[in-house]
Amino acid sequence: MAAEATLAHENSSSNPWGGGKSPFGISWGKMMMWFFLVSDAFTFSSLIIAYGAFRHRLTHIWPTANDVFTHFPFVHGHLPLAYVGLMTFILIMSSVTMVLAVDAGHRRDNKSVAVWMGLTIIGGFMFLGSQAWEWYNFISGTPDGALKMPTGEIYRFPENAPSLHAKGIHAPDWALISPDHKVIEDKAEIARIKAVAQPIHGANLVDNEYGHPLFADFFFFITGFHGFHVFSGVVINIIIFFNVLSGVYSRRGHYEQIEKTGLYWHFVDLVWVFVFTFFYLV
Amino acid sequence: MADHNNETHGYYTGDMHNQFVPEHYDPKNRGVIWRTFWILLVITIGEVAIAFTSLSKELLEVIFITLTVVKAYFIVAFFMHLKHEKMSLAYSILLPFVLIIYLIAMSLTEANYLNLWDNMFK
Repeated sequence: MAAEATLAHENSSSNPWGGGKSPFGISWGKMMMWFFLVSDAFTFSSLIIAYGAFRHRLTHIWPTANDVFTHFPFVHGHLPLAYVGLMTFILIMSSVTMVLAVDAGHRRDNKSVAVWMGLTIIGGFMFLGSQAWEWYNFISGTPDGALKMPTGEIYRFPENAPSLHAKGIHAPDWALISPDHKVIEDKAEIARIKAVAQPIHGANLVDNEYGHPLFADFFFFITGFHGFHVFSGVVINIIIFFNVLSGVYSRRGHYEQIEKTGLYWHFVDLVWVFVFTFFYLV
Repeated sequence: MADHNNETHGYYTGDMHNQFVPEHYDPKNRGVIWRTFWILLVITIGEVAIAFTSLSKELLEVIFITLTVVKAYFIVAFFMHLKHEKMSLAYSILLPFVLIIYLIAMSLTEANYLNLWDNMFK
């Protein structure tokens, strides 16, 4: 009886969970990281669902992503999906280097952990740079911009609507593209539009030369929120990287900290998979 | 009995919290990591490739969303290691997302109705 009580006491004092072992078989630090990520996933889900709801409501006048994101560095011409495909590759690759750092931590291989963490940080910076370039192109827009009616409708020029061309619809140079992606060839109507419309260039929170301003608002907010997560992840990774270099974890005897920051980093990759689908593919 | 194994192979952190950290190192881990990488890469390239085919918009949407969920599974199960955690942890993380499915259904139903309403008087 007394021996049992002592044993129970020892078990509870050896573990803050009080039962002698953690109910989920992991440390509370890792568990709280998981539950933080669940709440963060709810935030991202809500944002993407809000985007989806407005897109379904305004489906006939929603901009076509393949007309918006067509640039690739040092290459002229319309290359939809190429650049964002590369960004996705960079983020998946940095997820792989992160999980290899975790793996090296399990082997207590301090040097390998440092190398893989370093590569993960480089991947993070490459992604942030790519996103800055993507934003730059979206904000600066096309050379000719578009026409905005006093009532807010956006009429675009055919050269800025390569997706119509891809669908086999050929619009003459002087034509206009209506908000619902139809070619306007009636010269009287074009003159009527041009008489009252104002030229706009690029995208910001008020105007979007590619179509409905909500597209730009959601793009800036969701990719911005994701980009801020990537930035936070890079900062955390840098702190961990210097801890690895100074031998904090080899002295501590385990590399669980790498697993926790790794969970966060993979989550950032996971969110991008959804952003990629709903902003660029669908 | 993977769970049993995890509990017996591990160590206490020895710091102020003195937590039990289960060990599950397996030399095959790196093979799994690279296999997951190739699966994610091939799916992403496949998605970009079929975006330029003449498949109908609706079919493409179904394919893209299915492949996205498949990619999410591989990231969560293997990169985030959830497949090898206890089932109780996996369920407490995954079950709340039933609410997200409900929110999607609710929001899109409402949005589609408003779309109809917007265009009714045009």
